[in-house]
Amino acid sequence: MTALSETSETRETGEARAAAADAARDNLTALESEGMHVFREVAGEFDRPVILFSGGKDSTLLLHLAIKAFWPAPVPFPLLHVDTGHNFDEVIEFRDRMVAQHGLRLIVAHVQDWIDDGRLTERPDGTRNPLQTQPLLDTITEHKFDAVFGGGRRDEERARAKERIFSLRNAFGQWEPRRQRPELWNLYNGRHRPGEHVRVFPLSNWTEADVWNYIARERVELPSIYYAHRRKVYRRDGMWLTEGPWGGPRENETVEELTVRYRTVGDGSCTGAVESTAATVEEVIAEVQASRLTERGATRADDRLSEAAMEDRKREGYF
Amino acid sequence: MSSLLRLATAGSVDDGKSTLVGRLLYDTKSVLADQLDAVQRASVDRGLSTPDLSLLVDGLRSEREQGITIDVAYRYFATPRRSFVLADTPGHVQYTRNTVTGASTAQLAVLLVDARKGVVEQTRRHAAVLALLGVPRLVLAVNKVDLIGYDEAEFTVIAKEFAGHAASLGYPEGSVLTIPVSALHGDNVAVRSENTPWYSGPTLLDHLENVPVAPDPHDAPFRFPVQYVIRPRTPEHPDYRGYAGQIAAGTVRPGDEVVVLPQGLHTTVERVDTADGPRDEAGSGSSVTVLLADDLDISRGDLIASAADRPVVTDEFTAALCWLSSTSLRPGARVLVKHGTRTVQAFVDELHSRFDEQALSTVEDPESLELNEIGSVRLRLAEEIPVDDYSHSPRTGAFLVIEPKNGDTLAAGMVGERFAKLGSTA
Repeated sequence: MTALSETSETRETGEARAAAADAARDNLTALESEGMHVFREVAGEFDRPVILFSGGKDSTLLLHLAIKAFWPAPVPFPLLHVDTGHNFDEVIEFRDRMVAQHGLRLIVAHVQDWIDDGRLTERPDGTRNPLQTQPLLDTITEHKFDAVFGGGRRDEERARAKERIFSLRNAFGQWEPRRQRPELWNLYNGRHRPGEHVRVFPLSNWTEADVWNYIARERVELPSIYYAHRRKVYRRDGMWLTEGPWGGPRENETVEELTVRYRTVGDGSCTGAVESTAATVEEVIAEVQASRLTERGATRADDRLSEAAMEDRKREGYF
Repeated sequence: MSSLLRLATAGSVDDGKSTLVGRLLYDTKSVLADQLDAVQRASVDRGLSTPDLSLLVDGLRSEREQGITIDVAYRYFATPRRSFVLADTPGHVQYTRNTVTGASTAQLAVLLVDARKGVVEQTRRHAAVLALLGVPRLVLAVNKVDLIGYDEAEFTVIAKEFAGHAASLGYPEGSVLTIPVSALHGDNVAVRSENTPWYSGPTLLDHLENVPVAPDPHDAPFRFPVQYVIRPRTPEHPDYRGYAGQIAAGTVRPGDEVVVLPQGLHTTVERVDTADGPRDEAGSGSSVTVLLADDLDISRGDLIASAADRPVVTDEFTAALCWLSSTSLRPGARVLVKHGTRTVQAFVDELHSRFDEQALSTVEDPESLELNEIGSVRLRLAEEIPVDDYSHSPRTGAFLVIEPKNGDTLAAGMVGERFAKLGSTA
């Protein structure tokens, strides 16, 4: 095993300098630096970037990185929320508080507006997640956004494992696997033609465990529903759904009050809670480490539709 | 505190790379129950008796239909000691561009060969590309060792042949390790195999967990491409002017003497700032904000560098290009060069040679450079930029070649004579 031992060269260099280099190699610090680099590249090269912000944990983490990337100056981008109308009150309250606290500008695209004027039709199952794509693309076009930050991570799903950090979308917002550019070193190529835009994923290389460990390290505040609380829920398709404006239990579904938390936060009609007593970030980390299900598999009906569900939605212009 | 290791995999078609990656995920418990259920269902549908771990990593439907991998896919797994970002690159001849992509950020590469076939043309090509990109460490995983009856003699022949090839590419002894594995059965991947008592080295996962990670020497000269100028102009920070960026090489401390290039302005570092407070020192890879003692005109695209050891400022240089586009390169081409945080117009004045990564030799004065070919060119730029030789400072010796009209990335570029070193001992 001599080949694996530290070389004498390494030992001879100043300890302080070695310590600084080691600190930069710490997993979370390395991911943070990479994310900040991506934010600054976009600020330097694009005219009209926007951050997708739902108040969920990944978009809250995005905002946290953006704040750190430009500190002590304010974040130089507005936020965009595509609002399905099927929200958890706690998340909307949190969203608005963050916007006010950091002096940001929030644009909200209400899916309801698209349904009201006939551009979209409500689905028979009442789920509105798939309806977000059209309002998102329309809003990108209307505001001429050329870079759209999303909180997508490659570990979430197999179709996302091949996503670039800078993901080129055509004038229809579509992702074409064959047109994606090779990403070399930390040199990102954001060139695009008029009408096209780039989706940017600063959290590409983070895993769910990294996200939670970083939230703990940085003491990032999240909406309360990520932690265990009592809630009236009913069972559907193997998930615990909650009552809300999206509809409640059907006749054969009984409501129970359980201690639950949410691992992901999306459209209320298709986001399930998990039974959990994890009330602090440390308890959540322990639970995530012991979990035998992916967060999407556990809590998102929309990803269960088919094996290639995500690939299809991405091609249509979804994140 | 766990560290991060970025690695890439490469191998020929059918060497079992997807199975090996699937095995690493499975054995590190990075595969969760619902993913495994899906794989088990799909395996049963295909009439297989055991779960096909390669299904864990074959991502896009078009690939699953063809049973091949067509693009770099990123995988994540972790042990208590380390977190791993794995760039899984496809092995077909025409997809060298993916190997280049995966290798550009890799600190280590795992090359796969089939124990029955040994080192083949693809292995040599891939190793040459990894050497060209400067990946510091290689592992040769001799897979399907069960199919040669766990035979030590056959393994040793392969290991010796590869060691010779790696040495001729400039890899010092100790930077290359050969391991007998069976991805299908798990031998020597995460668990030491009882079938190879003659092998005394580490398992693949052991090695990945313990191999020293040296992104660059601690004493490399400081390099800092300015990404963005931070000027809050708020009541709390009326006069703050900081230069934001990610340290490309070396370390920086307050008081360090630096030079701003290409202008050539001298000044000293006043403060190394972050949102978490000022730092006594920051090392390569860190995203920080540098404040300088003098009020200078500095903007995105400039480079702040060690005054004692600075890069060359030039509008002409020789470089190696890995050509990644189906549009061929001919001398006289007008392109864009993205180097650090600056993009400049450029001409490819001369096409000196094409590298034959099989023979480790060069073909002089080729007419063109085609997809997946590697060549040495002379570039002439519209303005002077500060560059380092890639072997000296990869992040300030690397650049992209971009098609000016449609914005496509045409090539990965590396400043300097890259072939001399690769072919010298062939």
